[in-house]
Amino acid sequence: MALPGDLDALTKAFSGFGVDENSIISILGKWHPEQRKSFRKGFPQFFREDKRLFERWDERHIAFLEHEFLRFKNAMVLWTLHPWERDARLAKEALAKGDYDILVEIACTRSSEELLGARRAYHSLFDHSIEEDVAYSVNDSNRNLLVALVSSYRYEGARVNEEIAETEAKTLSEAIKNAEKRPIENEEVVRIITTRSKLHLKAVFNYYKEISGTTTEEDLEEGSSLSYTIQCISSPKTYFSKILASALKGSADEKNKQALTRVIVTQADSYMKEISEEYHKQHGVSLSQKIEETTNGNYKDFLLTLVARGD
Amino acid sequence: MATIIVPDHTSPVEDAENLRKACEGWGTNENTIVSILGHRNAVQRKQIRQAYEEIYQEDLIKRLESELKGEFEKAVYRWILDPADRDAILAHVAARNAKSDNRTIIEIACIRSPEELLAAKRAYHFRYKHSLEEDVASRTTGDFRKLLVALVSTYRYDGDEVDVSLAGSEAKILHNMIEGKSFNHEEVIRILSTRSKAQLNATFNRYKDTHGASITKSLSGNPADEFSEALCIAIQCIRSPQKYFEKVLRNAINKVGTDEDAITRVIVTRAEKDLKDIKDLYHKRNNASLEHAISKDTSGDYKIFLLTLLGDPSLILYYLS
Repeated sequence: MALPGDLDALTKAFSGFGVDENSIISILGKWHPEQRKSFRKGFPQFFREDKRLFERWDERHIAFLEHEFLRFKNAMVLWTLHPWERDARLAKEALAKGDYDILVEIACTRSSEELLGARRAYHSLFDHSIEEDVAYSVNDSNRNLLVALVSSYRYEGARVNEEIAETEAKTLSEAIKNAEKRPIENEEVVRIITTRSKLHLKAVFNYYKEISGTTTEEDLEEGSSLSYTIQCISSPKTYFSKILASALKGSADEKNKQALTRVIVTQADSYMKEISEEYHKQHGVSLSQKIEETTNGNYKDFLLTLVARGD
Repeated sequence: MATIIVPDHTSPVEDAENLRKACEGWGTNENTIVSILGHRNAVQRKQIRQAYEEIYQEDLIKRLESELKGEFEKAVYRWILDPADRDAILAHVAARNAKSDNRTIIEIACIRSPEELLAAKRAYHFRYKHSLEEDVASRTTGDFRKLLVALVSTYRYDGDEVDVSLAGSEAKILHNMIEGKSFNHEEVIRILSTRSKAQLNATFNRYKDTHGASITKSLSGNPADEFSEALCIAIQCIRSPQKYFEKVLRNAINKVGTDEDAITRVIVTRAEKDLKDIKDLYHKRNNASLEHAISKDTSGDYKIFLLTLLGDPSLILYYLS
């Protein structure tokens, strides 16, 4: 008979985020056929009794396990890729899956030169420009915003024209409050958000708050591309901290879980320190600790190593 | 092919010293300036500026700006700049002004290679503390804005691969818009501003094969508005820059009161690229050489400088005199 502690450990080993390779080796690897059989019988959530008298592994759980086993490999590959190739591949995948928020994330949280590099890599990898693929694939009202965002090459210096920022804040405010037309379909909104420098935009968002009393995030439709765009530009660390929180929740789906790898790997050399601090502030527990509790095995160790680099 | 004639060996230090001598004292020796700068390529001109700065602790460009005047000064100023800087300045002037200068922006966006356009945009950031996109966007509206900003923002794939069936379907979209059957400008903007040049030229060829007339011919005639005009220019620039420039020169020369700005712009920006092909096209089209037309229409040092950049062989005698 298998030891009860072992059963618990083994269940945990492959029901979370990533796989606890060591437990699997030390426990499962040692079990004889009878022990493995009683494991299968004891866990209807993984195995069910087939009519032909054997304990059959649930297909969905096998698929689930595949994702979990691959997490470490995916994280490692993503980490090792040149940042340009990494972003180009992430963008391509996001476009194919219709994950516009990831496209926005890449276009808005990278520096002008980093985004340019990603566009170069995209040429090499896919024989197309990223803007032509985005323009061709996106057929709804998001198109203009997304194409402009991936094509942007923003000025990154310190100069900001306060007068223009205030005027543009007014324009933004009127456009967002206008009940008749969606802000994303407003040319001026798209112009301002996709061409102005990030510093200028931060000034615009500040004036917006002064003028209308509310922040842009409060006024925009949650989960809209425009909302993500503004969040990514005004405060990447807050945006990333939110994504990590969703990823580390018990109810996270596969897309949210993949975000954990994506954010930590892509930010380990940039905003990781600020993101960790923000996460701690918002959730009362350190990011490392939450990762320790929620993930398993080599995947966990790898993530913790990346996060620790920010300390 | 380029038209400027450059000697095999040059010494930036000697050139800098000779230019200094040409500027010293009363008046300026314009001949020297033309005979040196008019025979140096971009790399050499940069070396001369560096040498001049090192020796005299002065910016050669600023010195020349103060010594020279009129169209000659404008031409020399544009010529001596780094190509990327030059494009940034041309674009800035165009973005600030009104109508007619939008062609300059379209030229830069559509004729330069993706890397040259990028270099121009970087130079623009550095000089003007703004991006070219934001300046163009804030001064234009509607579909015209969308087209112009998209053309300026693009970083086209520069490979030769072509998707033939896509060329067919996109030629159809363009045709529908031109025939007035559809007013969907979004698709036309998408195609023109994102596809690679190879893909676009395949599309234009399909257009011609299918409809008999080339797309540029179908578009010509008085454009209804600035959007249509910009579209026309963009397509011409992508299809055949040399033909486009021949037309610009022809119009600039034939115009009552010559358009020196356009002449300077074309000659200065193409002298190291394809001015020879443009010259040949001009000759074929107008039964007169470009040098001859420029000689008749311009004068003084400005004329000599242009002819020098055109590689006019008769000028060799001029220098020896």
